[in-house]
Amino acid sequence: MSPRSRRHHGNPGLVLGLALLGIVVLIAVLAPVFFTGEADALGSRFAQPSSGHPLGTDAAGHDVLLRGLVATRLTLVMTVGATAIAVALGILLGTGVWLMGPRAREVCLRVIDAMVAFPGLLLALVVAAVLGAGGSSVVIAIGVAGIPYFARLTANLAAKVSQREYVRTARLLGVSHPRIAIRHMLPNMAEPLLVLSASTFASTLTALSALSFVGIGVQSPSYDWGKLLSEALPSLLAGRPFQMVGPAALVIVTGLAAILIGDGLAAAANPRTARRAAGRRGARDTERDTPVPRDEYLVDVQDLWIHSGDKPLVKGVSFGIRPGEIVGVVGESGSGKTLTAMSLARLLPDGLTLSSSRMAIGDLDLRWPVPPGLMAETVSLVYQDPGSTFNPALALGTQLTEVLRTHKHIGARAARRRMVEALQAVHLTHPERRMKQYPHELSGGMRQRAMIATALATEPRLIIADEPTTALDVTVQAEILRELERVNDRLGTSIMFISHDIGVVRALCHRVVVMYRGEVVEEIDAADLTVESARHPYTRALLAATPDIDRPVETLPGMAWTPEAAKEHSHG
Amino acid sequence: MAEAEQTAAQTPAQKAAQTASRTAAQTAAVQVRDLEVSYGWGRRATRILHGITMDVTRGHTVGIVGESGSGKSTLAKTLTGTIRPTNGNVRIAGLDVFATRGTDRTGMRRRVQMIPQDPYSSLNPRRTIGEALAEAVDPRHAKVKKHQDEIVHWLETVRMPADTIHQYPHECSGGQRQRIAIARGLILRPEVVIADEITSALDVSVQAEILNLIAGLRRELGLTMVFISHNLAVVRHVSDEVAVLYRGDIVEHGATADLYERPRHAYTRALLDAVPGTAGT
Repeated sequence: MSPRSRRHHGNPGLVLGLALLGIVVLIAVLAPVFFTGEADALGSRFAQPSSGHPLGTDAAGHDVLLRGLVATRLTLVMTVGATAIAVALGILLGTGVWLMGPRAREVCLRVIDAMVAFPGLLLALVVAAVLGAGGSSVVIAIGVAGIPYFARLTANLAAKVSQREYVRTARLLGVSHPRIAIRHMLPNMAEPLLVLSASTFASTLTALSALSFVGIGVQSPSYDWGKLLSEALPSLLAGRPFQMVGPAALVIVTGLAAILIGDGLAAAANPRTARRAAGRRGARDTERDTPVPRDEYLVDVQDLWIHSGDKPLVKGVSFGIRPGEIVGVVGESGSGKTLTAMSLARLLPDGLTLSSSRMAIGDLDLRWPVPPGLMAETVSLVYQDPGSTFNPALALGTQLTEVLRTHKHIGARAARRRMVEALQAVHLTHPERRMKQYPHELSGGMRQRAMIATALATEPRLIIADEPTTALDVTVQAEILRELERVNDRLGTSIMFISHDIGVVRALCHRVVVMYRGEVVEEIDAADLTVESARHPYTRALLAATPDIDRPVETLPGMAWTPEAAKEHSHG
Repeated sequence: MAEAEQTAAQTPAQKAAQTASRTAAQTAAVQVRDLEVSYGWGRRATRILHGITMDVTRGHTVGIVGESGSGKSTLAKTLTGTIRPTNGNVRIAGLDVFATRGTDRTGMRRRVQMIPQDPYSSLNPRRTIGEALAEAVDPRHAKVKKHQDEIVHWLETVRMPADTIHQYPHECSGGQRQRIAIARGLILRPEVVIADEITSALDVSVQAEILNLIAGLRRELGLTMVFISHNLAVVRHVSDEVAVLYRGDIVEHGATADLYERPRHAYTRALLDAVPGTAGT
């Protein structure tokens, strides 16, 4: 969320909100200057709307419209005051809680929770009753009533920010707590807090008006919108609704403006919604040479392009995977290796467009819509993080058998039996018991085995494994790699293995595709993946940059040929 | 601060002073004795570290390897004083970390600096690189102008151009951010630097850059460092000695080449054999 990503244009809600608020503020500034005298002047009582009094007059003969406009200033000042109390003290409390020791924090958070549970308006009424009726006492009452809510939300935000490493580092450096809050925590919570303040403003406005309406707010001779509404009530009941229109409309417009601004800020702060307006690329250009299907390959990808807007992320990638082959895809972050794999599983993230001259797994053409059941039987995925692939709230059995039940229409009991077999096949201990356990009861290695078992259960033709061992320990990684090898050996399943770790790829794969910036720079046999026999300079540089456990060197050769490396060297 | 500014100008003199002090005092920069750390109370307490004893000689780098749950990060946090041990003590340059209080404690904390793992969360996105480094020099006022020379000196030490001082973290790549984090860890000239998995979030080419930088800085500045990593190849690349941590115990501690070529403990052997793409598999 860099300052640059905030785009206000193209956000009609925000523009409209700001315009409305601008008008209201203008009224608040100007109306009391010009109209106070006229608003206090007495005329005929209960006059019908006329050119002199567009909304008629009230019981005392005041012009209703002018009084509504003049009341804007007091109402806004009160609302801003109450909001400021809620926001300032709420932020202070919410951040302060996170700078306390763990036990004091727990106690404070529970106290805040209890106060949030107490109805805000009721709390305000209690405070107002203690302080006595009057404008300033309701401002304090509503402000105080808003504190717990704001404090709770700030505490939630602060919880996240205080776990960031820069906050921890600042503590280690000996930066004092108030400075940590001001320098490191508040600026990084500013956007959500701003959005929250806008909605608090709207709710404060209605709450203040309500209190004035019931008579414990602003007292005569002062008046705010709530007071005007309360004065208009008898007229409304007597069949003269005009008196209500002015203040009611102003309350609605101001509240609407605040909410629109809040939503607009939220949208602008979220780079995803802000970017959506950038638009998708038009229809895929199908005018390509008809490619020749390559029969020896199970997976045949030719000239695959993936665009984000107009920016190409994958640039004309072609490769193939033979039946029963393990193909490794290596490359650094941004090389497009995961995107390429995800497009094979038809799981590209939103906003990306894909085109290719051929993309097929066996006789399944992936360029056209494929029924999900068929897809599930053809491709299975094994993800990187075994911690987040499973739903922590469901027992493993339910999740593991889901694919079978949904796509293969197998009954619950049969699916269970098959799954237990699959778990046995990947050497997971006590498979029967594991089915009843929850994901957190299994270690990372066990979860990854369970993941591979689900991938196998549908008997797919291709398993796509996206960094499946990156989050695991070396000894566990070795076991998982052996497991994948066994699966490939026994069932002849093709595997597309994505990794940034050349050592892993060399140990497992038959053939390796090296990607760099969205292009395949080299396809090479895994055995030839050494500095000496790799052909492409990037592959060689990548290999040379990987520290070798058996052959330590004084200096690791950098990636001399790449544009960035060249730039960095000139700096150094 | 004045001392640091001086050395910024006269690196050779500083080097000479360092070698002199090194020969004069061959004391351990870090002494860890019977360190025990437990989480939780009473029956549910789990011991994370089971009485660790080790020394880090001044000017040496000790690599700590081990798998998840072995207590690597807990050890790092105890060394920096963020976790209080249930038993045993840590001495930095002869001073007990957990016996000091008040301002002494703040001073103590500044003698141990940590380079964090994730370059994307270690720098505040709303503050410039200069401000981040100025805060390290002077946590109270954090004035960039006042410490400009020193900041630029350290940016250059980590091979970053001087104009980075005005940039924001998002304008820097992951590798550049990690270098800035290193500069921030070193700018105080701490007694010991703790590097906790500092290359595991980086691409191989960037990792190579950072490892080379660390190797260079060790030679130039005579750093005392505890280098924690799960990557055995990386640890071998930067360490003088290696300690193998297994379930809260140091099972083997020895000179790097020795330990890698002739591992004595069965666990060390298992660990080395599990590394893919080597002779072991």
